[in-house]
Amino acid sequence: MHREIGIFAIFFAAIFTQNILLTYYLGMCSFLAVSRQVKTSLGLGTAVVFVMTSTSALNWLVYRFLLVPLELTYLRFIVFIVVIACFVQIVEMIIERVSEVLYAALGIFLPLITVNCAILGVSLFMIIRDYTFAQSVAYGCGSGLGWMLAILAMAGIRQKMARSRVPKGLEGAGITLIVAGIMALAFMGFSGVI
Amino acid sequence: MSPVLLYIIGVGVACGITTILAVLVVVADSTIANYGEVKITINGEKQLTVEGGKPLLGTLKEEKIFIPSACGGRGSCGLCKCKVLKGAGGYLPTELPWISEEEKKQGIRLSCQLKVKTDFEIEIPEELFNVKQYETEVTSLRDLTHDIREVTLKLLDPPEISYRAGQFIQFEVPEYELSDEPVYRAYSMSSCPSDPTRIELEIRLVPNGICTTYVHKYLKVGDRVIINGPYGEFFLRDTDADIIFIAGGSGMAPIKSMLLKMAEENNPRKAMYFFGARSRRDLFLVEEMKALEEKLPDFTFIPALSQPKPEDHWEGESGLITDIVERRVESGENKEAYLCGSPGMIDACVKVLKKMGVPEEKIYYDKFA
Repeated sequence: MHREIGIFAIFFAAIFTQNILLTYYLGMCSFLAVSRQVKTSLGLGTAVVFVMTSTSALNWLVYRFLLVPLELTYLRFIVFIVVIACFVQIVEMIIERVSEVLYAALGIFLPLITVNCAILGVSLFMIIRDYTFAQSVAYGCGSGLGWMLAILAMAGIRQKMARSRVPKGLEGAGITLIVAGIMALAFMGFSGVI
Repeated sequence: MSPVLLYIIGVGVACGITTILAVLVVVADSTIANYGEVKITINGEKQLTVEGGKPLLGTLKEEKIFIPSACGGRGSCGLCKCKVLKGAGGYLPTELPWISEEEKKQGIRLSCQLKVKTDFEIEIPEELFNVKQYETEVTSLRDLTHDIREVTLKLLDPPEISYRAGQFIQFEVPEYELSDEPVYRAYSMSSCPSDPTRIELEIRLVPNGICTTYVHKYLKVGDRVIINGPYGEFFLRDTDADIIFIAGGSGMAPIKSMLLKMAEENNPRKAMYFFGARSRRDLFLVEEMKALEEKLPDFTFIPALSQPKPEDHWEGESGLITDIVERRVESGENKEAYLCGSPGMIDACVKVLKKMGVPEEKIYYDKFA
């Protein structure tokens, strides 16, 4: 069943009201680990946007032209992961060869996000929601940007919090998860906009 | 369609896709990531032709040139610095935490992170050419305390090693339960360098430590061990100054080596060794230290317990090692200090020694990261 939703609606929803990280809580590990500084978060966020957009496009094509005709849609979990891993490997090799600056900025994050569940999540959601190719790309790109927005906001908050007196038991992951929860509540305020 | 056929098609397609993608990655690796053969010129004279694309540290190791490393290439120890004059690109984010502004101007890089993608011109200290890989055999394993084991290795090939008292070697741990690939860990030699056929190491068990678990739980007498070395700038300077040694636990290793060498040469310098430990069960080789006190003209061994247990019946010094050093050493004049231990202990001792007047250049240390 095709959903007759506009591409921009999907794009904006993916960033704000259906934020893959704050609403669906996917992609938490690298979010917690890397969000200490705005600079590294920017690098990781950009890598995530790039990988999410490309892999949702690639996976849509593999699904539509390989798995559906052969009636093997149940294989999508394995096949999507394998496609993502292979894609990231090759992209890393290309970036390392072609641009040192780009490699220094985001090349080292690429292996980190191969196993980021948000990447697989986006591919699986687009199948569940039966998006067209254009909708899938918009969804992938929007989700990536939403994830990047969340990690940048978190990095900004954590950098400011670096001098606060956090209770010993909550230092590190504890206080970060609490802040993420509060951010999620704030983002709920966007629901109803789209 | 019969279920068996469906099953076969499903498995077949999944394997097929994975195989095709794997082939794609292999092809990409041998084309895009293939940097071909590159030349490395060392110190303006020696030229090596190597396979490009791998980190400098590993590439040189394959050519039997061993740059020191304590973490085995993970970028967490900062020891593998190397001066690269030509060929390296911009600094990688993983190198930056270890390179100071001064070092940046000289082109010093972290060789475990820097990949050799084009022809390189590098400079390495001459002593590194003396570093060799040795095949050795374990001849004895002795437990000194509940967590420190003394390992004696006999050199097989090459059969002799020349080193200075206080230097360290890198111990290769083969693949085993806790590690899928060989790793290297640095340990100071506690034996006297005058016997070049055997070396002794003091290894303390670290919970979940890859090398220490291997040494304490798997290594047996008769096993072969690969080591390389010697490395390190931590050795006794040839002066007349009085010596203050401060080291606890397995930090005793380089100090013991220096003391044995001093005893053998009848070195007349005054020396005090402050050994910090928690309680009596952490003390070891006390008899050997007493023997050295007899042998050397002016050596005092001062063990200090910070948390002696009542059953220890301890009558020696107690408290923090820094307090005891302050109490027992009269002045910082004409003194040299050699420290070995954890970064925290060393920082605290350096502070106290500077306060007592020992100039910073005369304080030498080996920090166990």
